[in-house]
Amino acid sequence: MKPLGFLADGEEGVIKEVAGGIGIREKLRGMGVTKGKALRMIQNNACGPVIVALGEARLVLGRGMAQKVLVE
Amino acid sequence: MEAASELAVQELPAKEIVIALAGNPNSGKTTIFNSLTGARQHVGNWPGVTVEKKEGRLLSAGKTYRVVDLPGTYSLGAYSEDEIIARNFILHEKPDAIINVVDASNLERNLYLTVQLLEMGARVVVALNMMDEAQARQITVDREKLAGLLGVPVVPTVATKNKGVPELIKQALAAAGTGPREALKIDYGREVEAEIGSLGTVIAAQARLMDRYSLRWLAVKLLEEDDHLLQEIRRMPGAEDLLARWEKSLRRLREVAGEEAENLFAERRYGFIGGIVKQTVSRKTTLEQRLSLSDRIDRVVTNRFLGLPIFLLAMWAVFQFTFKLGDPLVGWVETFFAWLGGVTEGALGAAGAPEWTVSLAVDGIIGGVGSVLVFIPLIFLLFLAISFLEDSGYMARAAYIMDRFMHALGLHGKSFLPMLIGFGCNVPAIMATRTLENRQDRLITILINPLMSCAARLPVYVLFAGAFFSARQGWVIFSLYILGIVLAVVMGKLFKTFLFKGESAPFVMELPPYRLPTLKGTLIHVWERGSAFIRKAGTIIFGVVVLIWVLSVLPWGVEYAGQESLIGRLGSALAPVFSPAGFGKWEAAAALIFGLLAKEVVVGTLGVIYGVGEEGEGLAEIIGQQWTPLSAYAFMAMCLIYIPCAATIGAIKRETNSWKWTAFAIGYSLALGWVVAVIIYQAGRLLGLG
Repeated sequence: MKPLGFLADGEEGVIKEVAGGIGIREKLRGMGVTKGKALRMIQNNACGPVIVALGEARLVLGRGMAQKVLVE
Repeated sequence: MEAASELAVQELPAKEIVIALAGNPNSGKTTIFNSLTGARQHVGNWPGVTVEKKEGRLLSAGKTYRVVDLPGTYSLGAYSEDEIIARNFILHEKPDAIINVVDASNLERNLYLTVQLLEMGARVVVALNMMDEAQARQITVDREKLAGLLGVPVVPTVATKNKGVPELIKQALAAAGTGPREALKIDYGREVEAEIGSLGTVIAAQARLMDRYSLRWLAVKLLEEDDHLLQEIRRMPGAEDLLARWEKSLRRLREVAGEEAENLFAERRYGFIGGIVKQTVSRKTTLEQRLSLSDRIDRVVTNRFLGLPIFLLAMWAVFQFTFKLGDPLVGWVETFFAWLGGVTEGALGAAGAPEWTVSLAVDGIIGGVGSVLVFIPLIFLLFLAISFLEDSGYMARAAYIMDRFMHALGLHGKSFLPMLIGFGCNVPAIMATRTLENRQDRLITILINPLMSCAARLPVYVLFAGAFFSARQGWVIFSLYILGIVLAVVMGKLFKTFLFKGESAPFVMELPPYRLPTLKGTLIHVWERGSAFIRKAGTIIFGVVVLIWVLSVLPWGVEYAGQESLIGRLGSALAPVFSPAGFGKWEAAAALIFGLLAKEVVVGTLGVIYGVGEEGEGLAEIIGQQWTPLSAYAFMAMCLIYIPCAATIGAIKRETNSWKWTAFAIGYSLALGWVVAVIIYQAGRLLGLG
C-alpha cells in the first residue's frame, strides 16, 4: 500500500484508504475517490499536482491530497 | 381584446412554481438552464456569500415558472459553501421539482448526488445528459431500468442539441404537481439502523427540528457527523438530551464498526449505487486502456515541457484578440461620447439651460461616465475569449499547469487567470474570480488583483518616465510592473498568514473532456458578465463622477479644477501628506483624486491643471521642471498601488458582496501606496538619488 503520489505514469491501483479529516474525505468521496475504486495514474511529475483517470473522469489532485490517498 | 388576454396570461397563481437545477459541475447543467430560460435569466449572489446565483424564467404553454440554478456540486455535505447553499435551498425553500442533471458517461459518480437528493424526499426528475458522448464511448444506459430502480422519471437529453428538453420540461412540471413523495431509504445495516431509530425518537421530541427536517434524514446526517447541522443544534436551547444521545450513538457505532461512522454510510450508499450501475450500464469495450481524444490532446497540452509554452501562447492569443479588436472599438466609444457631449452641449445651450446644468451634463456625466464606459468593448472581448477557453475545457488544464506557481503564492491554481487578466484591466479580472470555489482564495485574489498594473496606468508611466528617464523609460516602466507583482506576492502571503488563517482548500479539480462550446452558450456567458458590469459598476461610477464634477466646479464661477475649486483646495489640503513622498503639491494631490475615476485620467487632469493640452511636449516639459526624477518615480509607484479605480471598486463590491471587504481593499491600498511611495522617496534621498 502506498500513497497515490508514488504511482508512476500508466500505473494502476485500487484505493484502500483515504486519510485526512472528514471534510477532505467527504470532498474526495463526492468526486468518486473512495475506498474500492480503481484508478490509473496519467501524469505524475515529481512535484506539483497529479492527473489520474477514475473511470471516464480525469481528476487533478494536489500533491498534498495525493499523499493522503492510499492505493494498492 | 388584446389587453384582456394579456391580463389572463399575466395572472399567476398565488405561489409561482419553482424548479431547481442540481448536478455535478461539467454535467451540462448550465446548458440545460440556458435551454429552459434562454435570455430570461438574471445573475446575482446568494445572500451573504460570494457564490453566484442564477435564476431565470421558463415559459411553457403560456405559463411562467421560476428556475433556480443551484451551484454545481458533487455532494450535499456540510464542508463547502456551494453544497450548503444547494442543500439549504432544497430543504428550506422547498422547490416544487428538482431537475438533476447527470452525465451519462459518469453515472456512478453522478448518482452520489442523486441518491442524496432522493434521501431528502425531493421531487426529482433526472436528466440523463450528454447521451451523445456516452454513445461515442460505447456506453449504454438502460433508461427504464434506471428509472425503476431510482423511482423517478429519467429523461435522456443532449442539451447542446436541445434534444430531450421538451420531454424534460414535461416531466418536471408533472412532478411539480404531485404531492410530497417518500424519501429513498437505503438500508445501512442492522447496527446503524438501530442507532438511527433510537436517535430518531429523541429528535422527534424537538418540535423545532421536526418542523425543519425530516426525521430519518436528520438522524442519518447527525450520525454522519454533519458539521453544519451539529452547529445549528448546539445553538438550540434544550438540545442537551439530543446531543448526549448523539454522542452515545456515535461511540457505539465506532465500537461496533471499528471505523469512523461516516464511512459506514458512504459504503452503503456507494454499494447501493454500484448495484444500480451494474444493472443499468454496459460498456462495449473495456475502456481503461483506451485513450480518448481528450486524453490524446492532453498528452501535449499538459506535457511537462510543452504545457507552459502552450499556455503562454494561449494567453498571448487572448490578449491579442482583446486589444487588437478592442482598441478600434474603444476609439469608437470615445468618439461617440465626444459627439454626445457636443450634441448635448448644443441642445442644452439652445434650450437656454443654465451653465451649471450644461457643465454637469457634459463635463460631469458624459465626460466622466464615458471615460469609464470605454472599458466595455474590452470587457466583452476579453470575456468572449475567456468564456470560449473555459467552456472548451482548456482553462482546467491551464489551472493545472499554473498550480505550481500559484502554490508558491499560497493560492490555488485557478487564481492565475484573474491575475493575468488584471494586466489588461482589473474589472473583468475581479469578476473572473468567480471560478474559484474557495472563499478565502477568492478574497485574497480579489484583494491583490489591483496590484497587477492595468493598461490604464500605462499613460501615467509613459508621461513621467518619458519626462525623466527617456533613454531608459522601458526599464523604468518594466520595473513598476515587477514592483506590482512583488507586492502582490508579499501582500498575498501576508493576507494568507494573518487574515485567513487555516489550511488552504484542498486542490481537487476535474478535467472535463474537451468540448466545442456552443455559440449560444458562450454568448449568454459573455452577456451575463458584461451586462452585470454595466449595471452594477455603473451606478458607483456615476456617483463618483458626479461627486468629482461637483468638487471641480464649486465654489461657483471658479476655474474648472483650478486651485481655488473644491478639488484644488482638497488637493492643497492633502498635499502635505504627500511631501514625505516627494510630491507634496496640490496639483499632484488633485490629480490623484481624479485618478479615482480611472487611472489614465491622472494624465488628463495634470494637463488641465497645468493649463497645457494632454499631448506630449508641453506637459512633459512642465513636469520636468516642477518635479524631480525621484519624486516622479515615487508618484508612479503611488499611481500603481493606491486605491483601485471606481470601476474596480464597483467590481470588488459586486464580487465580495460586502462593504467591509471593499472598504478594506480601498483602505489597505491607500495605506500601502503611501508607505511605498514614502519609502522610495526617502530611501532615494538617503542614497543621494536626488
